[in-house]
Amino acid sequence: MWSFERFTGWIDTSLHSCMGDGWALLTEYVLIGVAVLVAYALIALFLIYAERKICGFFQCRLGPNRVGKWGIFQSVADMVKILLKELVHIDRSDKVLFRMASFFVIIGSVCTFGALPFARGLQAIDFNVGVFYLLAVSSLGVVGILLAGWSSNSKYSMIGAMRSGAQLISYEISAGLSLMVIVVFSGTMQLSQIVAQQADGWFIFKGHLPACIAFLTYLIAGHAETNRGPFDMPEAESELTAGYHTEYSGIQFGFFYLAEYLNMFIVAAIATTMFLGGWQPLHVPGWDGFNHAMDCIPSFLWFFGKTCVCMFLAMWVRWSFPRLRIDQLLSLEWKILMPVCLLNLILMSVVVIL
Amino acid sequence: MKVSNYIKNICVGVWHLGQGMYVTMLNFCRPKVTRQYPENRGEREYGARFRALLTMPHDAENRHRCIACGLCMNSCPNGTIRVIGRTETDPATGKPKKVLDRHLYNLGSCIFCGLCVAACPTGAIRFTNEFEHAVFTRERLLLQLNRPGSSQAPAPAPKPASPAREGAQAPGTATVTKTE
Amino acid sequence: MKEKMKNRFDWLAPEAVTEADGREVFTVPAERLPEAAAFLKESGYDFLVDMVGMDYGDRLGVVNYVARSENTADVVVLRSAVADRERPVMPSVGGVWEVARMYEREVHDYFGIRFAGNDDMRRLFLRASWNGYPLRKDYDASPEANPVPLENESLFDMDTVPVVETGPDGAEHTVLRPLYREEEYVINFGPQHPAMHGVLHLRVALDGEVVRSVDPHFGYIHRGVEKLCEGYTYPQILHLTDRLDYLSGTMNRHAFCLCCEKALQMDVPERAVVIRTIFDELTRIASHLLGWGSMCMDMGAVTAFMYGLRDREKIMDIFEETAGGRLMANYNVIGGVACDLHPDFRKRVKEFIPYMRKMLREHHMLYTANPIATGRMAGVGHLSRERAVALGVTGPSGRASGWANDQRKAEPYAAYGKVEFDQLLRTGGMTFDRYIIRLGEIEQSLRIIEQLIDNIPEGPCAEKVKGVIKLPEGDFFQRVENARGQFGVHITSRGDKTPYRVKFRSPSMVLVGALKDVAPGGKVADLIMLGGSFDYVIPCIDR
Repeated sequence: MWSFERFTGWIDTSLHSCMGDGWALLTEYVLIGVAVLVAYALIALFLIYAERKICGFFQCRLGPNRVGKWGIFQSVADMVKILLKELVHIDRSDKVLFRMASFFVIIGSVCTFGALPFARGLQAIDFNVGVFYLLAVSSLGVVGILLAGWSSNSKYSMIGAMRSGAQLISYEISAGLSLMVIVVFSGTMQLSQIVAQQADGWFIFKGHLPACIAFLTYLIAGHAETNRGPFDMPEAESELTAGYHTEYSGIQFGFFYLAEYLNMFIVAAIATTMFLGGWQPLHVPGWDGFNHAMDCIPSFLWFFGKTCVCMFLAMWVRWSFPRLRIDQLLSLEWKILMPVCLLNLILMSVVVIL
Repeated sequence: MKVSNYIKNICVGVWHLGQGMYVTMLNFCRPKVTRQYPENRGEREYGARFRALLTMPHDAENRHRCIACGLCMNSCPNGTIRVIGRTETDPATGKPKKVLDRHLYNLGSCIFCGLCVAACPTGAIRFTNEFEHAVFTRERLLLQLNRPGSSQAPAPAPKPASPAREGAQAPGTATVTKTE
Repeated sequence: MKEKMKNRFDWLAPEAVTEADGREVFTVPAERLPEAAAFLKESGYDFLVDMVGMDYGDRLGVVNYVARSENTADVVVLRSAVADRERPVMPSVGGVWEVARMYEREVHDYFGIRFAGNDDMRRLFLRASWNGYPLRKDYDASPEANPVPLENESLFDMDTVPVVETGPDGAEHTVLRPLYREEEYVINFGPQHPAMHGVLHLRVALDGEVVRSVDPHFGYIHRGVEKLCEGYTYPQILHLTDRLDYLSGTMNRHAFCLCCEKALQMDVPERAVVIRTIFDELTRIASHLLGWGSMCMDMGAVTAFMYGLRDREKIMDIFEETAGGRLMANYNVIGGVACDLHPDFRKRVKEFIPYMRKMLREHHMLYTANPIATGRMAGVGHLSRERAVALGVTGPSGRASGWANDQRKAEPYAAYGKVEFDQLLRTGGMTFDRYIIRLGEIEQSLRIIEQLIDNIPEGPCAEKVKGVIKLPEGDFFQRVENARGQFGVHITSRGDKTPYRVKFRSPSMVLVGALKDVAPGGKVADLIMLGGSFDYVIPCIDR
């Protein structure tokens, strides 16, 4: 199976051959940074298009179909529009915090994005506490959301932000606990090793019942963390107009919007990495021909394919169900999800010990 | 008991959620209902009776049926119509007769109630289903219904009978009509 | 019963007990109005259908239409007037019929009558700084009297409630009372808000997520329809009725036509009667579909809204084909319907019925059984039958509270006497009951259409009417059941070609009034959902 390591290794050696070690390292950092940002923007554009198209299809509509064939340049046009828009600043808002908030949100999601293993040999940073890092960095977003709500000097934003704080902090517990199940099972927090261990079978198949339960709870909790319906209370269009980003305009709003879509991608990607084998192809023990055929599909296609399936699931759920109420949302977390996750963790520990 | 209820509730809930997702997936796969508007010009039939634009039909010799009686103007709730007529001597009979000068129609204030068409004694005006009204200035919504140089048809024909022009007859006419 | 009431009103002069339009009319002096009202309520007349303000020229007064909640067809009229045009004060009947508080604000707004004892005497539709009372006959309508304001309306006018009190010496004086305390978190829902179904403005006091109080503000789409009517001929008024509750336009127009026909003692051809009934029911389905969809959207399910609109579009197409209008069908005219059915009408309707049945099953699958939806709707927004009667909440919302108030059953008009259908009743009075009753009514409407579509009698579709319609002198009142409740038309005619006074009873207005009662204690999300479940239409309120 072709590995990106050969490509990255070639860049590394050619850089070292023409400049000093320090400069080479710096150039590599810049290259990686640019690559991550470009991938981030491209994936976001694709996701926005896909969401609108899929949403349209669920609603018996065609979705965007004016810009380019089948409207494929719609999100590019949207991006241009959003870049050209005026940044409106609210009277008596806290200007510094107001501007900072959107950066917090976007930094949180870019940092998480950077640490994902996209394909064999294509991972920017491989921490030995990778899972821990993902959880830690992704919760930066909630700070941004709270800041946005507080600094906007708007009552809608305030309610949205407070809801968001309660929601994100609650659901992070379940999301973390579900990931812990896999950490317990695999015995490592390093993402590359977690993926490597799934070469002979994905954790969702290998991990017995607890892994399946953890997969479901992670999907629910992760979905809630992305603030998407039926958990879109912080935005709650019909209640709070747009929740915490009511007062934002132009690219500052665009940041929130991008971050929302990328968070959906990130949640799907983490689910893929932890439960569905990351970029590992589907292998069935004993079926050598089948396994060999599967190996021919490039690893990044495996990764993105699985992620897309998870994202489609998220969109399907979003466009099917009504929104929960805040108390139902919290009781779902604290009365159902979290006990299930804790029990599941114990169950997994028992499985591992046996 | 309580625990079994708890689990049962979760299962029933998941089952119904699944049903909802089944419905949306069903619609995902169905043909879409969107009609792509400018492209379907000419393909889609708009109801023939649809009231979209008041017009005054002219025949091949540029003649209309308006006798400038002003009933349409009086029946209009919004003052949308202005009938400007002049008095001429009829060459045939030698008597003075009212002749239409200009029939002015303000599309901008029309509410398409159809009272004018119902009031017209000669069937000189009728609604068509041309609905593309967008213009850039308000002034262009002020229309003159009679064409320049048009004249009045010699013998105003009676109002068109309903069964013959069933589809094209503009509604708003509270007349006794025969059934099909 | 009637005799007993007449005896009880024996203190009235004989000419004060009359009969008009088939109803008992009691004319009482203003100071004894509450006493008469209390007696009427005691005798079972607990549902104030409508309160019509009147300017008789020399006097200002009110006309109350009161019905028994057991049988809403049984209506008596309670009239009263005051001679003072400068500072007219009447005692409030809000203590007897609660919904009167809102109607009195409307009368105050239009006629300047102040009601002593009503705890809220702000204007209902016009801004507080408006000069004059527009429905008085001596009103100065010149634009100079009320120039377009260039500054914001002051919050003081919104938050301060004037109350008229009668002092010990009998002289009345106005007391100002603040509506909110300093520490309350007051937030505006509307007039521009995604879930307000139009330009309704709710000022909501919140305690965290919990709603403490709701204060609705109307008038953002106030067009002065009732004032306009006074200058229009009867056929011209018809097109305004479509524009009140635009979702039940056909029914509203039906009500006005029925009222005029009753006044003219005109017989409508049987064919027209059946066609009108079919159109009413199609409109009801369309309205309920939109109501269902927008309620789902208020709860966050945008997809359901699209499905509702998709199905409604089929009905709009049928309307377009026959009536020539989609939303504003403009189909009913005095004497019948505007034009005969399109040849394809029967076929299209017959195709629609099985389609709608199938889609209804899907809607139930998608939403009714959904645990999130039921979890949100169950046990929220309780409106008891007593409260529904007191607040005048008719229509599906009233029936969800167990109050049988269907005008089609109580006083069958058009062809409703000849068809079989059930008046759906539920006893819960919760949001879920209001939701489910709408979907049930779609099924009942389909049943009615099914029975009628093959039995449209042959014949003319409209009675010939004169070019100029003049109603005989008198008061006429007619109600129909529109998609939101009882829609009423009151016409006072003085024999001219234009009416002297027209008043429309808006079922939506009382629904928003009920919001004040039902919403407090719930969460913000419940308030929004309540708006969807009551399914009010703002242009009907503002008129």
